[in-house]
Amino acid sequence: MKITRPRSRPVFDDPRTLGLLLIAPAMLAILGVVLLPMFNSLWLSFQQHDLSRPQEDAFVWLRNYADLLRDPRYLNSLQATFKFSLFSVLLELALGVAIAIILNQEFRGRGFVRGLMILPWAMPSIVNAAMWKWIYNADYGALNALLAQLHIIDHYQVWLAEPTTAMILIILANVWKETPFTVILILAALQTIPEDLYEASRVDGATEWQSFLGITLPLIMPVLMIAGLLQFIWGFQTFELIYIVTGGGPFSSTEMTNLRVYATTFRSLRFGYGAAMAYLTSLIIFIPAVVYIRSAYRKVVEV
Amino acid sequence: MPRALKRFFLYLAVAGIVIWTVAPYLWLIISSLSLKIDLLTVPLRWIPPRLTLENYYSLFFTRGSESVNARLFFHSLGNSAMISLTTMFICLILGVLAAYAIARLRFKGSNMLVLLMMATQLVPPIVLVVPLYVIMRKVDLLDKHLGLILVDISIVLPLVIWLMRGYFASIPSELEDAARIDGCTHLGALFRVILPLSGPGLVSVMIFAFIAAWNEYLYAFIFTNIDAKTIPVLIGEFSTKLGLEYLRIAAAGVLASLPPILLALVFQRFIVRGLTSGAIK
Repeated sequence: MKITRPRSRPVFDDPRTLGLLLIAPAMLAILGVVLLPMFNSLWLSFQQHDLSRPQEDAFVWLRNYADLLRDPRYLNSLQATFKFSLFSVLLELALGVAIAIILNQEFRGRGFVRGLMILPWAMPSIVNAAMWKWIYNADYGALNALLAQLHIIDHYQVWLAEPTTAMILIILANVWKETPFTVILILAALQTIPEDLYEASRVDGATEWQSFLGITLPLIMPVLMIAGLLQFIWGFQTFELIYIVTGGGPFSSTEMTNLRVYATTFRSLRFGYGAAMAYLTSLIIFIPAVVYIRSAYRKVVEV
Repeated sequence: MPRALKRFFLYLAVAGIVIWTVAPYLWLIISSLSLKIDLLTVPLRWIPPRLTLENYYSLFFTRGSESVNARLFFHSLGNSAMISLTTMFICLILGVLAAYAIARLRFKGSNMLVLLMMATQLVPPIVLVVPLYVIMRKVDLLDKHLGLILVDISIVLPLVIWLMRGYFASIPSELEDAARIDGCTHLGALFRVILPLSGPGLVSVMIFAFIAAWNEYLYAFIFTNIDAKTIPVLIGEFSTKLGLEYLRIAAAGVLASLPPILLALVFQRFIVRGLTSGAIK
């Protein structure tokens, strides 16, 4: 009897060869646009490279970094960015948990209201910026009109002319756009909590607040951590909202690091110093990023 | 607390959430349909006495010296559509192939590659903007559609691969094994067995890719100037450099936000699943 051999497979059907072949174009596209410039940028950050004074181009080792640590405008921008990101995250998490818990109750039209959460998320961030700038307008903005009609203020205010209110208002605009993402994550986490746990704690006589602290909060904590980390990192990356709404003012009070990098590089044309600024800022948020990657790694391994 | 009172507070809270979520955008829409004079009244009338399409009309049609704006708007809208759709299709093709390799072929080092890719998502764009600008100027890609498409691909692709990888992993491998026994190659199995079952995954990935590319601002702002300018960049210019009338910016904003918002509302199931499966933006 003749044994029929299976049809021979082409060479590239070997998992390893084929795998590398399939993944190569994607890797090339991603790493070419990310890894290459990253090293390029590091190299640039050790140089004086001012387009306006090309005759002074030189390799200056760490001088740009040393200068940055003494640059009051940069340090100010770092502080503003930190304030903005931290308060944004805290508000987004608090509001996110509250909204998610409410949307997790039974009520008529629940699917519709949950669906609405996608609206701020999908909105282009530039439109979000223009929209809030319009709402905050001193002469005919909706914020002034609303507060005046509620008799909270007697005459229209120039909200963005005052450092503290300007900061609060851009945080508010950011929170409006970013909270829904947190809500969606928390809602998904809430749905994985078995109803029996709540029943059991009710039988034991726990109040709703107690079962929130004892059951809900610990079980959604991992999701809160991820959402908070991501939002904090994204907070540091905010650009257009500030560029459009306050332009960094008044008196640089809302000037975030990204705006500073932009102004240093593309307005003052100091490419080396701008690269160093971007790098130093990234190193600062590198630590939360590593925490995120490690938790993501656990996920990859699990699957 | 009595049950009825509890229901009352629940509906009150829900109403608050709905108003908080919808009111700012609704006000943008109302403004875009209003005449300036009706919005200047104090106290403000939230529902204006008359509605007009004037602000939209002026974005599209030439009127005397304003012709520049109308041309700019059409041009940028076209650029945005072209760049987002191209990015979306390229990401779909490259992403499906790479995700299949990672999910099914599981060769040595594939986990490391996924991690490396995810890590690139956390590199702040501002770090890349300066060197990319230098590089793109050298290879003449500044203010070119191709330049922005390449950059957009690098942003969108990791997300596409991550989502597709999850989707492929959820398809039982027995189906593929059966095809392999029948003599199918890996690629044959991907195209004949797996992809036909992946409709929902493909749809969600396409929507994510389109929205991300359409909404992207920073890179487009730095790398495009005239020829390849996208609609978000133009809206940014309307409200800074060009100092356009607010109500016309509102109209432009509504138009620019309609494609992503409508897509997201229609396909929200896919998007919610995608967002929660990776906790990636």
